Amino acid sequence: MPLSWILLILAVIGTIAFLMARSRAIATVDGDARRLHSLPIYYGLNGALMALTPALGLLAIWLLVQPILLDRSILADLPAGAVPDGGTAALVMSDVRRVADGIDSGISSGSFTRDELRDLSVEDVGGLLASEGTALGSALTGEVLTAATSYWQARSSLSWIMTIAVIGLALIGGAWAVSRSRGEFRARNVVERGVLILMIAAASIAILTTLGIVLSLLFETANFFRQYSWTEFFFSTTWSPSFSGRGGASQLGILPLLWGTLYISTIALIVAVPIGLFAAIYLSEYAGKKFRSVAKPLIEILAGIPTIVYGLFALITVGPFLRDAFASPLGLGNSASSVMTAGLVMGIMLIPFVSSLSDDIINAVPQAMRDGSLGLGATKSETIRQVIVPAALPGIVGAVLLAASRAIGETMIVVLGAGAAARLDLNPFEAMTTVTVKIVSQLTGDTDFASPETLVAFALGLTLFVITLGLNVLALFIVRKYREQYE
Amino acid sequence: MYDMRLTERVLDTETDKPKITAKGVQVYYGDTHAIKDVNVDIADKTVTAFIGPSGCGKSTFLRCLNRMNDTISIARVEGDIRIDGEDIYDKRVDPVQLRAKVGMVFQKPNPFPKSIYDNVAYGPRIHGLSRNKSDLDEIVENALRRAALWDEAKDRLSQPGTGLSGGQQQRLCIARAVATAPEILLMDEPCSALDPIATAQVEELIDELRQSYSVVIVTHSMQQAARVSQKTAFFHLGHLVEYGETGKIFTSPEDPRTESYISGRIG
Repeated sequence: MPLSWILLILAVIGTIAFLMARSRAIATVDGDARRLHSLPIYYGLNGALMALTPALGLLAIWLLVQPILLDRSILADLPAGAVPDGGTAALVMSDVRRVADGIDSGISSGSFTRDELRDLSVEDVGGLLASEGTALGSALTGEVLTAATSYWQARSSLSWIMTIAVIGLALIGGAWAVSRSRGEFRARNVVERGVLILMIAAASIAILTTLGIVLSLLFETANFFRQYSWTEFFFSTTWSPSFSGRGGASQLGILPLLWGTLYISTIALIVAVPIGLFAAIYLSEYAGKKFRSVAKPLIEILAGIPTIVYGLFALITVGPFLRDAFASPLGLGNSASSVMTAGLVMGIMLIPFVSSLSDDIINAVPQAMRDGSLGLGATKSETIRQVIVPAALPGIVGAVLLAASRAIGETMIVVLGAGAAARLDLNPFEAMTTVTVKIVSQLTGDTDFASPETLVAFALGLTLFVITLGLNVLALFIVRKYREQYE
Repeated sequence: MYDMRLTERVLDTETDKPKITAKGVQVYYGDTHAIKDVNVDIADKTVTAFIGPSGCGKSTFLRCLNRMNDTISIARVEGDIRIDGEDIYDKRVDPVQLRAKVGMVFQKPNPFPKSIYDNVAYGPRIHGLSRNKSDLDEIVENALRRAALWDEAKDRLSQPGTGLSGGQQQRLCIARAVATAPEILLMDEPCSALDPIATAQVEELIDELRQSYSVVIVTHSMQQAARVSQKTAFFHLGHLVEYGETGKIFTSPEDPRTESYISGRIG
């Protein structure tokens, strides 16, 4: 039974449990809802929750675990000769799965039946599957077909068991909730506890996902360092990957990329932080209500422009302008792609991040602080410099940090504005590139996940992650040390 | 001793030239007419209390005296307010300088999120009142002593002012105002957020401060007005109803509205 049908049936059971639990609760107090412990809707919600939560939980776990166990048992039954030399068991397994899928769709579309399948030769099945649109990595062998058939059988019977188990659990849960649904039952407390558990689950998913991302980065990075020396990676100043020979010929030094990232981000922040901060101070402290109500949304529009549009702006307008106005006359090169172009355009992109957040934070500083300072004979600007900005500092640092993370992670503006050439150079009018751009270029096209040229992308990603994490910790430390807390 | 001094002062104020004179003051908040034709003379080295029910305009009038109403864009002040004979709403007067001369303590303690020392040193620093560090130390110590906070704060000057208790915070705000060396001290319900013990400490302090400054205090508590002030002004619905010696206002008020308020029938 397809998954969507199971979900639909669960929804129906949930609705029925809701209605029954609610009406039963009302019935136990002879229709006088005031005598219920909780509002009627809570009895209904309790019914629906009890019917759905365990069933959905079982469904999720089943769907996660079944393929793993099934793969393992089929793989164990696979004869030793089924895995060809130079191939991996995983490749064979993916063929097995594809054949099983092919059998599935072949039977449901009626091109052959189960009995026919048993009588057909391996070549005929291969031909039939190919005509059904199943593409295989290598020619179908007898072992694979046997494995695929038993895989397919096990899967379809497991699917029925799962359907019955899930729906049965939903019915049991719903019935239990309905039976408990009496006037004195504390449905509200139970529902609220259920919601609390849901929130904890949501929070855990966020944390676990982060953990998963980090772990996958770590494993792939470890793979990379088994094939490539870490001293070369961190200290070599040359980046020249080659896809022709595997390993050896490539030089994968991160320094030029890191330099490009830091150079471009620094220029972007030098543009964005002062402009954004001054704009925020003007808007929150000096501008009139009318001007503010127009200007703030206008600035925030900048944040809504897709970065590819900024990239086009860099490529077509800013790059050539900088080249003709500064780089060429000053003799600093004649490339339209340059660190300066990408930095400037990225800075413009970051202005709303800094200004909008800082503006909110400055507005949150209590009026009493301003009154206190003005009442002592301070001017408006003294008040802003010595009272408001220090009080808002943690938030402002947070805003700058967010902007910095965006700058470090930005890819599109760099590709179009600064080019893709890895270079270690001080000249801001020279084309350079960043870590993220190289991650993209190492992972696009025909990739082989066993070669260092591809795996280096994970090492680059992990390095970037460590750097942004370090920035966050540093900022947290600065904020702790210099924060001026108000009440 | 205390009573003698009090009598002396009251007599003095009648002969001295007034520190603040206000004539025909009107204040509008947008379309609301908040202060209606207030005339009052406030004496030097005296505590003057403004009393009246909520919304009667006493705080608004107080904020006219150091032009804090300027910071509210919809507020408009008319009439003539002079300090030492100088029109404070004259175009040539810088409100920033005026506020250095007329200090203010607010209803809710509002220490800056800085250390105790920096809170007190804030005014002297922006006005350049000290020549060097030891000078500034002295100003800070004196201000804290005057605000009766020195003994409690001297060992924790570098700790944040927001870490003090409510009463200590309010005394810190008074010290902060005193450190700027003002001539007049405006206090907008300085004890309304404090417990009785802290209130008593601040009231004692106000009585001390009277020797150097003209103190104007807005208060909700009639007992407080009676305890700390020599002159009392009763505001009602934007009007200054009655103004005179505190003793007289509380014992034999002339206006029936004052009498009703004091006996608890209105407000």
